[in-house]
Amino acid sequence: MSAFLTVGNLSAVLRGNRQRVLRSVSFSIDTGEVLGLVGESGAGKSMIGKAILGILPSAIEIIEGEIVLDGQDLQTMLPADRRRLIGATAALIPQDPLTALNPSRRIEPQITNRLVDILGWSKADARVRALELLNEVHIDNPERVMASYPHELSGGMRQRVLIASAFAANPKLVVADEPTTALDVTVQKQILRLIRDLQQRHATAMVFVTHDLGVVSKVCQRLSVLYGGKFVENASVPDFFAGPTHAYSRALLAATPKYTDPDASLVPVDEAVIEAVAAEVAAADEEWRHAR
Amino acid sequence: MHDSSGAPKNPAAAGVLVSAKALDVALPDMAAKPVFGRAPLIRIINGIDLDIARGSVLGIVGGSGSGKSTLGRALLRLIEPAAGTIEFDGLDITRLGEDALRPVRRRMQMIFQDPMSSLNPRRRVGAIIADPMQMHGFDRIDGRIDDALDHVGLPRGFRSRYPHELSGGQRQRVGIARAIALEPEFILADEIVSGLDVSSQAQVLNVLAGLVGELGLTLAFISHDLSVIRRICDQVMVLQRGSIVEYGDVDRVFDAPQAAYTRELLDAIPLPDPQQANW
Ligand SMILES: Nc1ncnc2c1ncn2[C@@H]1O[C@H](COP(=O)(O)OP(=O)(O)OP(=O)(O)O)[C@@H](O)[C@H]1O
Ligand SMILES: Nc1ncnc2c1ncn2[C@@H]1O[C@H](COP(=O)(O)OP(=O)(O)OP(=O)(O)O)[C@@H](O)[C@H]1O
Ligand SMILES: [Mg+2]
Ligand SMILES: [Mg+2]
Repeated sequence: MSAFLTVGNLSAVLRGNRQRVLRSVSFSIDTGEVLGLVGESGAGKSMIGKAILGILPSAIEIIEGEIVLDGQDLQTMLPADRRRLIGATAALIPQDPLTALNPSRRIEPQITNRLVDILGWSKADARVRALELLNEVHIDNPERVMASYPHELSGGMRQRVLIASAFAANPKLVVADEPTTALDVTVQKQILRLIRDLQQRHATAMVFVTHDLGVVSKVCQRLSVLYGGKFVENASVPDFFAGPTHAYSRALLAATPKYTDPDASLVPVDEAVIEAVAAEVAAADEEWRHAR
Repeated sequence: MHDSSGAPKNPAAAGVLVSAKALDVALPDMAAKPVFGRAPLIRIINGIDLDIARGSVLGIVGGSGSGKSTLGRALLRLIEPAAGTIEFDGLDITRLGEDALRPVRRRMQMIFQDPMSSLNPRRRVGAIIADPMQMHGFDRIDGRIDDALDHVGLPRGFRSRYPHELSGGQRQRVGIARAIALEPEFILADEIVSGLDVSSQAQVLNVLAGLVGELGLTLAFISHDLSVIRRICDQVMVLQRGSIVEYGDVDRVFDAPQAAYTRELLDAIPLPDPQQANW
């Protein structure tokens, strides 16, 4: 196996105040492997996914580091070539199924457009592929769903449509950004199994963004814990759940709900732990500034 | 002590604050509405019996669409039920008109899931907490704002912030502060931690659990996720398609669930354990 995606020393800043939102982030993902990105709200999880897919908001600027996708360094490519490469190899399962779909368009073109526009498929071929995929995500009546508008579908159905749409062009890399956070637990379980199943069948490399360590333990092989845009722990899933090494990771695990062990669950993260990890991030920033 | 279904037989000696008997709620079915004329009614809640003892916390769980919010809104008389009765502190409020309800309204408050849309983005935190107090004719409003912020563990300096300057967990605590400032006896919390990351979830639940003890609050806590219920609830009711499938003490329901649907909800919770069975 070889790394399909390598991110090296990636730093990004807010254009306004030049504050770093990503702090020398490095990781790689092999074909068929799932990496979990965990951390609290604002830690920079989505930002990493957006950087990889070339869809950072205009307020954010990458100032150093590399993103190598399928052997090609995105930072050194012409924008048009970069868009083409990303469009042909990578896809996103977005956080919010309602805003990710255009409310005034039927489902069919929202799945097939990528195939037609980016990959040059015929409309008829794209339609066949879309029906096939809706079957793969266990939608009973794909013809009817293709003709529906987003508001006519439940939250779980909309999320299935987005998963189908992400896997439509046989991507080699999928970024899943909190794909089940908006769903109730029974639907979440179905959707997680579905994603895992598709990912394994197609040997897709995947970045899985979530704040829920329970979810990580179900779909990922490795995980990285983020605080303030910096990786504070990288571990394999078995090692991590046997006992995280960083105090902040341990605190996150203790905050995770576990109905089987109520006393060791939902413990708020201690102020002292936050101060320590914030100091660690500040020290790394200081060192980074000196080195430049 | 309790049956696996039906209301607990012997609510705590302190007395029942909120109670419902044979409660049915129906809403207009917009999908079946003819072009002219009224939409037919569709039954959402069927024959619910419940008693919430003063100072206790009832969890209401169930999948999306099971009727949790509809039941909650009926208990607060934001909807008029189709049949059955609702009592608040011994007073039958089932058919009370808005005038007669007014004195009761302050005593029961609601906290919503999405703090961003329930907090006015153009008002500062201090004003957001003050507005309902002004409406209800409270005195000493300034001091009460500070007290409310103290209770939810936010710095008093947050009075001058706008909602967008707060994290999700902080916003949710402003929602709690606004509700408790009115000194209610009963609070309905509808999915208030579902949108939050785990550390904010833990924080908000802790604040809420503390307030129940400190202020002697009575709480109904709605969630689709059983894993957050055990932390703060004394009793839990499981709803499926508008009916109770299980109702009892929280430890009993977790340790020995009786209904297949309760077990299904429990099994669907992803524990932080790569070895968890049935995944
Ligand atoms: N468009 C933007 N302009 C300026 N700052 C932004 C923008 N989007 C995000 N940020 C900031 O960048 C940081 C990282 O945000 P990001 O969205 O990656 O967080 P996250 O870890 O995905 O959080 P969540 O769990 O809430 O989705 C945050 O501090 C956020 O406030
Ligand atoms: N205003 C309304 N008019 C008609 N039907 C409604 C209305 N509000 C809710 N319903 C229907 O009533 C049922 C119960 O809805 P309710 O919002 O109470 O469920 P819930 O358990 O709170 O779900 P969720 O977890 O998604 O919030 C659903 O089938 C819903 O579609
Ligand atoms: Mg995000
Ligand atoms: Mg609801």
